[in-house]
Amino acid sequence: MTRSQTAPDFALYRFPHRHLLGIDGLSISEINSLLDLADAYVAQNRQHDKKSDVLRGRTLINLFFENSTRTQASFELAGKRLGGDVMNMSVSSSSIKKGETMIDTAMTLNAMHPDVLVVRHPDAGAVKLLSEKVTGAVINAGDGRHEHPTQALLDALTIRRRRGRLDNMTVAICGDILHSRVARSNIYLLTTMGARVRVVAPRTLMPAGIERFGVDVFHDMRAGLTDCDIVMMLRLQTERMRGTFVPSTREYFHFFGLDREKLSYAKPDAFVMHPGPMNRGVEIDSDIADDINRSVIRDQVEMGVAVRMACLDLLTRGATVN
Amino acid sequence: MTKRTAFVNARLLDPASDLDMTGGLLAEDGKITDFGPDLFKDGVPDVDQLVQCDGLCLAPGLIDMRVQVREPGEEHKETIESASHAAAAGGVTAMVCLPNTEPVIDDISVVEFVARRAREIKMVKLYCYGALTRGMEGEQITEMGLLADSGALGFTDGIKALTDPLVMRRALSYARTFGLLVIQHPEDPDMVDDGVMNEGELASRLGLPGIPAVAEVMMVERDLRLLSLTGGRYHASHLSTAASINAVRRAKFDGLDVTCDTAPHYFALNENAVSDYRTFAKVSPPLRSEQDRNAVVEGLKDGTIDAIASDHAPHDQDSKRLPFVQAECGIIGLETLLPLTLELYHNGHLTLLEALGKVTAAPASILRLPSGRINRGAPADLLLFDPNRPWTIDEEKFRSKSNNSPFHDRPVQGMAVRTFVEGRTIYTAV
Repeated sequence: MTRSQTAPDFALYRFPHRHLLGIDGLSISEINSLLDLADAYVAQNRQHDKKSDVLRGRTLINLFFENSTRTQASFELAGKRLGGDVMNMSVSSSSIKKGETMIDTAMTLNAMHPDVLVVRHPDAGAVKLLSEKVTGAVINAGDGRHEHPTQALLDALTIRRRRGRLDNMTVAICGDILHSRVARSNIYLLTTMGARVRVVAPRTLMPAGIERFGVDVFHDMRAGLTDCDIVMMLRLQTERMRGTFVPSTREYFHFFGLDREKLSYAKPDAFVMHPGPMNRGVEIDSDIADDINRSVIRDQVEMGVAVRMACLDLLTRGATVN
Repeated sequence: MTKRTAFVNARLLDPASDLDMTGGLLAEDGKITDFGPDLFKDGVPDVDQLVQCDGLCLAPGLIDMRVQVREPGEEHKETIESASHAAAAGGVTAMVCLPNTEPVIDDISVVEFVARRAREIKMVKLYCYGALTRGMEGEQITEMGLLADSGALGFTDGIKALTDPLVMRRALSYARTFGLLVIQHPEDPDMVDDGVMNEGELASRLGLPGIPAVAEVMMVERDLRLLSLTGGRYHASHLSTAASINAVRRAKFDGLDVTCDTAPHYFALNENAVSDYRTFAKVSPPLRSEQDRNAVVEGLKDGTIDAIASDHAPHDQDSKRLPFVQAECGIIGLETLLPLTLELYHNGHLTLLEALGKVTAAPASILRLPSGRINRGAPADLLLFDPNRPWTIDEEKFRSKSNNSPFHDRPVQGMAVRTFVEGRTIYTAV
């Protein structure tokens, strides 16, 4: 009944990987394949009939060992719009003995023959470990502070659709770089695609050796934002912090929170991104977050579904081809 | 009735006396009674055991001064028996276990238990350290005098640093009363925090919390200050950083009675071994940068680092097949100690005698053991080995109950051919 959509021509896209575990290591053409296909899905998602049958008969399991509302919803919708069967599983990692549960859960689910497992886990590397134990494709929906590849892809798609390109864009990633998987995936993706990346944070929130990631390092917001095209704000991840990294949210907002005055140092047409959920008044002023002329936060959410459809599409079709 | 073993046509190697010559050796009732180039010139006397060495090296058996045997308490990971078989196959004739068992070795009854188990198994010599503080809780010093009388070779809180400076001062001071050795796992736990690997670019890329290299030298330098106050004998375990090796180098120059060791993984690997979240290379202290690895080699060369210990830390699959942050720290090492130590010789960093000395004469001298040398009257704890024989480390072939080694598949040179404790063969390579 709802197979009216014609799926994009698969032959145009190249993604020769079994899993999507991170951006690190992907080539320009692979990233472009994902973004091009996602672009096509944006169009599909804006039509009255949003459904296709690319994933018909396929099973997608969202396996979340860490709480998530938006990412899980986005993957669920992506799977359903492609006609797949989607199941959500949330495993509270605190209540059970952690690691054994993860492998055990993976093995149990694997016996149910899922075609795709979308996995989020609080520990870096856990999704890769899980991918070694299952037969289907695995998409990393965030592992500790390591990577969150679909977030970087949706951010890239947002930028590309706004500016028509990624190369030579100057992107300032600001805030809690240390604890952020979003920052790492974005740094890998944007530097691969030829963008100039700046990171801006107090020294306590900067990962060791960050200067060797091919980025310019700033500890002052105004200097870091000067003449940049895009300002990417990160959430202050207090739940991942042990001890004090910043003295107070008041002081943090004063020096590193994005307000109109600091944003004025960026290019006049610079826009603001945030992976959500936002801490208003901590890293971003509500005034900017809600300004539809400057903030593209809602675009990012829309691109998220399209990007995840593209990932599901390429990984499942890749499995058929292989 | 005297039990006699004759070793003929051996290349006798003794690091303690700088001996390297072809000859024979006679052991009687477990002790070396004679050796020399002309010993069996007029034929081999009537013996119980005749060992044709065919020109292979005959050296003191290795003394591994830092081993976790997991018994009592975690026998699913290793037992005194399985560790003894692993040791024998690795050419180790004596090993010293850490007190971090369950129960903790902080009472003479546990020291006696370990000794009794070793007597029953009758393989390699097994010694232990006593806990430095009761329950290794870092508060109250143990009955060091009594524990030493019952056989404890030194005192340490195992894989935990003794952090309280006042307790450390008293421990050093009290130990000095009896001339006892205090051994530290030098790592400031507050600086380690939730870190799981060396801090730096790689940790940041992997998204893993890092441990700064200074966490080690901060503890070493503090302890050395205390040692200059109290006097006594202090030993820093498994040094892994350039800075802490420098600190020990200076302290030795200043005349403090300090010794230290390192483990093979700190000169044979660097932090890159944990790329891809390889938990088998997760160890405490963590594998460090290439500069630090080079500093460990330099420290071994100039003698700052006295000894090499395997830091054998067996773990079962369930403790290692986990996300990196959850996995246990540790590498097994009894069966790889010899070839990895010999890499220092094959790579031209140390002479054969120098390399052997790090695992024989040096630990014997630190621990004041009578073995570890070829000497008339010394125990006939001997190792017959081929320093050049190439082989590939294979986790399937470990005698240890656990196989958590990052050295699986590594091509190495040098193999134990036959191991003897008090003249008795406890291992023969097939």
